[in-house]
Amino acid sequence: MDGQTAGAQSIRFNAPVSIVSGASIVGKKEGEGPLRDAFDLIGEDPMFGTDSWEAAESTLQKETAGLAIAKAGLKNWQIRAIYAGDLLAQSVASSFGIAELGIPVYGLYGACSTMGEALSLGAMAVAGGYGEYVLALTSSHFASAEKEFRFPLAYGNQRPLSATWTVTGSGACVLGRKDAKAQIAGVTTGKIVDYGLKDPLNMGACMAPAACDTIYQNFMDFNRMPEDYDQIITGDLGKVGQQILWDLLAEKGYDISGRHMDCGLKIYDGKTQDTHSGGSGCGCAATVFVSYVLPKIESGEWKRVLFVPTGALMSKVSFNEGQSVPGIAHGVVVESAGKGEG
Amino acid sequence: MPDIQTQKKQKEYEEYVKQVTPTHSLPLNMARAFLIGGLICAVGQLIMNLCLGYGLGEKEAGSWTSGTLILISVLLTGWNIYPKLAKFGGAGSLVPITGFANSVAASAIEFQKEGQVMGIGCKIFTIAGPVILFGIFSSWILGIVYWVLKITGVM
Repeated sequence: MDGQTAGAQSIRFNAPVSIVSGASIVGKKEGEGPLRDAFDLIGEDPMFGTDSWEAAESTLQKETAGLAIAKAGLKNWQIRAIYAGDLLAQSVASSFGIAELGIPVYGLYGACSTMGEALSLGAMAVAGGYGEYVLALTSSHFASAEKEFRFPLAYGNQRPLSATWTVTGSGACVLGRKDAKAQIAGVTTGKIVDYGLKDPLNMGACMAPAACDTIYQNFMDFNRMPEDYDQIITGDLGKVGQQILWDLLAEKGYDISGRHMDCGLKIYDGKTQDTHSGGSGCGCAATVFVSYVLPKIESGEWKRVLFVPTGALMSKVSFNEGQSVPGIAHGVVVESAGKGEG
Repeated sequence: MPDIQTQKKQKEYEEYVKQVTPTHSLPLNMARAFLIGGLICAVGQLIMNLCLGYGLGEKEAGSWTSGTLILISVLLTGWNIYPKLAKFGGAGSLVPITGFANSVAASAIEFQKEGQVMGIGCKIFTIAGPVILFGIFSSWILGIVYWVLKITGVM
């Protein structure tokens, strides 16, 4: 055994994998939110110059990938593989978006947890010596997600207060063997956790048990306490899910409320932007991670964080057939370079 | 089926989630629905009275009223105003004929990209479909009941 596993579900890399660069592109609404100055680009046109929502999301992903690769000072051919996914059926946003980049691809589906999955697998590939550089990439688009999972945009209805707003945005990270200020030190792979809820308009409550499970497992596997992290960052639990996560972890004897942030609550101003429970979608965790979390790690303000994107695993069909909405969450331990494993 | 222990746990979690999840205020929603629904009906009555004033018969005036309301709803859908109305008015904007028109027009706009036949053709009634199907079906059943009552001499 090479000895990179830790505990039951985690990996502790012998040599941490660098996050060489990150890029984020978002839509107009996100560009009007609290993180407006942190994103690389804000697209004013929701169609991103195309003629359908799906093509718009593909363009978004392609542009973000290109930007991340350029920021890393690399050329496409130097990227060994892309780990990418999105919310659309058969992940078409990724397929059509990155086809012309000419880079080998692994397509992923982890619902809104996809960025955690992509970062985990990408880091494993680099740590295993299977590529000097790889790219982790996800996207979501409000309009294409509404069309995929809910109603046509112009259809008038009332969203419940527990509903979240799908982020229009794409985030990408180049991982590799090159000195950088942020690095992935380990990962905790999440299990599918199902508490039997069936309400897809309360995804926070569906995903919170999965987030709790992964965070708890991370503490166990690395033998850590919440205090060992400067911040524990969930993907898109929103207001409702955040409360549930705190309660569930408190039941297990951990209080994370003082050092927890949720990307879905960070990306919008809940008071003025009418987003109800918060933001969601693959692009939510990815863009907030790249634009807000990564700079804080790189500057050393945060020494170590646990990034836990959360996903609700359901489809329109599974919902119509009366299935529950199980959750999944993938944990990624990100550290400021120079800090040894403590 | 999950075992009883799991079912009990799921039930408990569901109850707990219900507690922590905020909901819209029902009285407020009802008041808004009354306002918007009433407003739409008042506009309908206005059109009706206008038509009657121009000398149309009761039946013709009714058709003109429905047609005009549908047209207004479709235009408001295209201009993206109807969703705002529905967000505020809830069921008040859903129940009148305008809500039905909105659901059809919204689907047509959304799926136009998928083509005239496979897009608009197949998907224009994705939301309104059940209303049409079961509406026609129930009127057929009522027709049969009416027919049976008639030949048995009850009516």
